[in-house]
Amino acid sequence: MDLRHLIAQATESERAAVDRLLQAEGFPDLTGTPGRTAVGGRTAAARRDLLLPALHALNDAVGWISEGGLGYLCEALSVPPAEAYGVAAFYDQFTFEERAEVVRVCDDIVCGPYADQLIAGLDGIEVERVPCLGRCEKAPAVFIQQPGFRRTEIAPATPKAVLDGEPTSVDTHIGVIGEPILLARVGTVDPESLDAYRTAGGYQALSRATDDGAGTVLDRIEAARLRGRGGASFPAAAKWRAVAGGQGHKIVVCNADESEPGTFKDRVLMEGDPFAVVEGMTLAAYVTGAERGFLYIRGEYPLAERRMVGAIEAARSAGLLGGDVAGAGFAFDVEVRRGAGAYICGEETSLFNSIEGLRGEPRAKPPFPTQEGLFGLPTVVNNVETLVAAVAITMDKDGGSKLFPMSGAIARPGLYEAPLGVSVAALIDAAGGPTTDIQAVLVGGAAGTFLLPKDLDVTLDHGTEPPLGSGAIVVFDTATDMVAIVDRIARFFRDESCGKCVPCRVGTIRQVEALERLGNGSVERETLDDLAAVLRDASICGLGQLAAEAVQSALDLELIGVRRD
Amino acid sequence: MTDTVQITIDGVDVRAPADATILEAAAKQGTEVPTLCYLETLTAANACRLCVVEVAGARVLAPACSRQVEEGMVIKTRSARVDRARRMVLELLVSSVDLSLAPELLELADEYGAEPGRFGDAGATVEHPVNTDNGLYVQDLSKCVLCYRCVSACGDDAQHTYAITVTDRGFGAAISTEFGVALPDSACVFCGNCVAVCPTGALIVTTEYDMRQAGAWDEGAQTVTRTICAYCGVGCNLDVHVQEGEIVKVTSPFDHDVTAGNLCIKGRFGWSHVSGPASPA
Repeated sequence: MDLRHLIAQATESERAAVDRLLQAEGFPDLTGTPGRTAVGGRTAAARRDLLLPALHALNDAVGWISEGGLGYLCEALSVPPAEAYGVAAFYDQFTFEERAEVVRVCDDIVCGPYADQLIAGLDGIEVERVPCLGRCEKAPAVFIQQPGFRRTEIAPATPKAVLDGEPTSVDTHIGVIGEPILLARVGTVDPESLDAYRTAGGYQALSRATDDGAGTVLDRIEAARLRGRGGASFPAAAKWRAVAGGQGHKIVVCNADESEPGTFKDRVLMEGDPFAVVEGMTLAAYVTGAERGFLYIRGEYPLAERRMVGAIEAARSAGLLGGDVAGAGFAFDVEVRRGAGAYICGEETSLFNSIEGLRGEPRAKPPFPTQEGLFGLPTVVNNVETLVAAVAITMDKDGGSKLFPMSGAIARPGLYEAPLGVSVAALIDAAGGPTTDIQAVLVGGAAGTFLLPKDLDVTLDHGTEPPLGSGAIVVFDTATDMVAIVDRIARFFRDESCGKCVPCRVGTIRQVEALERLGNGSVERETLDDLAAVLRDASICGLGQLAAEAVQSALDLELIGVRRD
Repeated sequence: MTDTVQITIDGVDVRAPADATILEAAAKQGTEVPTLCYLETLTAANACRLCVVEVAGARVLAPACSRQVEEGMVIKTRSARVDRARRMVLELLVSSVDLSLAPELLELADEYGAEPGRFGDAGATVEHPVNTDNGLYVQDLSKCVLCYRCVSACGDDAQHTYAITVTDRGFGAAISTEFGVALPDSACVFCGNCVAVCPTGALIVTTEYDMRQAGAWDEGAQTVTRTICAYCGVGCNLDVHVQEGEIVKVTSPFDHDVTAGNLCIKGRFGWSHVSGPASPA
């Protein structure tokens, strides 16, 4: 098949950005080659997984995706221009219009109340209002992207800091109920030093695992009843066993596309203890026999990405990744892939499609990732926290220790570690209590459910009510406009729906509209219930299936929808 | 002999090939499950969710078009839960897309008791200008239900031309060329295989579009004659649609083992000379 390529030519800096990426991946240097030379053919097309990194390279270099730039990478990778365009258009971070920089201001459920004032102080510079940037404990959050590979995260953001482009450095408050297990090294051990990690007990788990054998590790993980910490609570040992029993090449994916509003636990782990994440992936690889690992990290986490890349490189230099990991006779290495602004890509099968250079739309399940995952191979996909917990469990630590990112109207917003079974009230106490009277608490992020102040003694665990989700806890005081909060959640799902299935594509927009009518005094509970039913029952993936949960719980608890006239 | 599995469909025990989908197994048993995005000649997109059925023990409904049967599966193709989901899918579609050229879908919406009007007049609808940038087919994406059929037919499932894609996301997702360029400036080879698979008239051959605009399109007055394309030696079957002595459209049967419904630009569009002005001798 001959592809019809674009006529527009790439600029020097666009070519350089793409060339640098591709040559690092073993593509030939075509400098000086006349005209439109195609090199690679099927070999190039087989590296479709480089499409997303190449789009990032263009966007990082010049700030947008031009026709010439897109055309250049399409030729290099033998990708049809229409397909590459459809992929680029899928992500919020890419635009087809030239721009100097983009200032993204979070206006989600935690940062939202600050957004207007912040934007008003920005001298009229153009901003994009974006969903949760994962820095809720330091609200408000801003993320700036500028040509020339510059990405700046600012939290807490002030107009001056944004205008100066100066990152504000405030450490995330860390709190613990009981023994720190997952957060033991965060804030105390240098995250950029492998030696420091080892001195603090790092890589003992991998060493113990290779001594004891994969079966023993699996038994330990199973006995600890470790369940997925990304939100789905799937038993980790079951996934690992399924992939361990699979044939041929296998893959370990670390899902670091943390984007659930109110959730920032994986960011803190990656920033504060990146080697533990690498060790967790290596442990999973040893147990399952996977040779390739991918860390898929959200595009709004540049510091976490830098730390993870640094940890992977240091581990590789020390022989802890590569052809013979730690001299234990197995091969494993990790590639980092960056998301580009799409909540849906945290859904495991959408994540696979995103890595593979396709639109980040979910796949039908079954087949499950353990059967046919990334590149069609048996794949273990685990959340960052799950992998760090697996490392701790291998060292006989309590597998029931969980992270709770807490924000909103509490004295000390931050990341808290507590045993599963802890009550919401105890967590709020640990965070210094509410700043004023509580109106409601949202557990589990936008896909979660609300609690009323009288119900805060409920405990949080896998499989109990309210659903644990990501563990995010956002506290709203009595001054909060809950109609606005619920509306923001509904708009979040409308904006983040990939658009593939009808229930989610149209249902999420109808939900926003019905909520608007609710604000006008019309009570349309039946319509909202029907929308919730079709979203829950007939959407392809978890995004759509959970898109009505918070709305429904707000209605049930009469936080919204009660005639106040 | 292929492996078979024992399953139960609507209370009836049946054996089905182990590699069959629920849709295929149900059809074999004589139970029709409604579909929209599914087409036998294309990879199931699993997008419209109209074909959802209840599988005992499953948390959510399953798409019959792409879920494979499993030993012991107990399936309900109709239930209050299934009907509610289908009614809502239809309500969502009818309320957002112009389905005037998809009468079967509108009938199905009636059958399931869909009330698209309850979303109010202010509800968002899919709006795109009609694209007549070429002389062979018309794109009216206000009629598009995003079934992905045209993209599959243009791409891996048939033509391997990859001229069109789904662009953007969510409710704004739409069919497009790269950078939205006009079809003649895109990779499109005008085979019309996208038109052939479109279920809602969002893609329609220009002759039909013009006649419909003029109120002259009358399927009841048309005859369809099967013949074999004379342009080359492949042997594609053509269905020639004739109204009042004039060819108005050419298609190819989906169940034909040479074409599977596909044609090239010549077979599908190269017929105007039949009734055109006589060529100079």
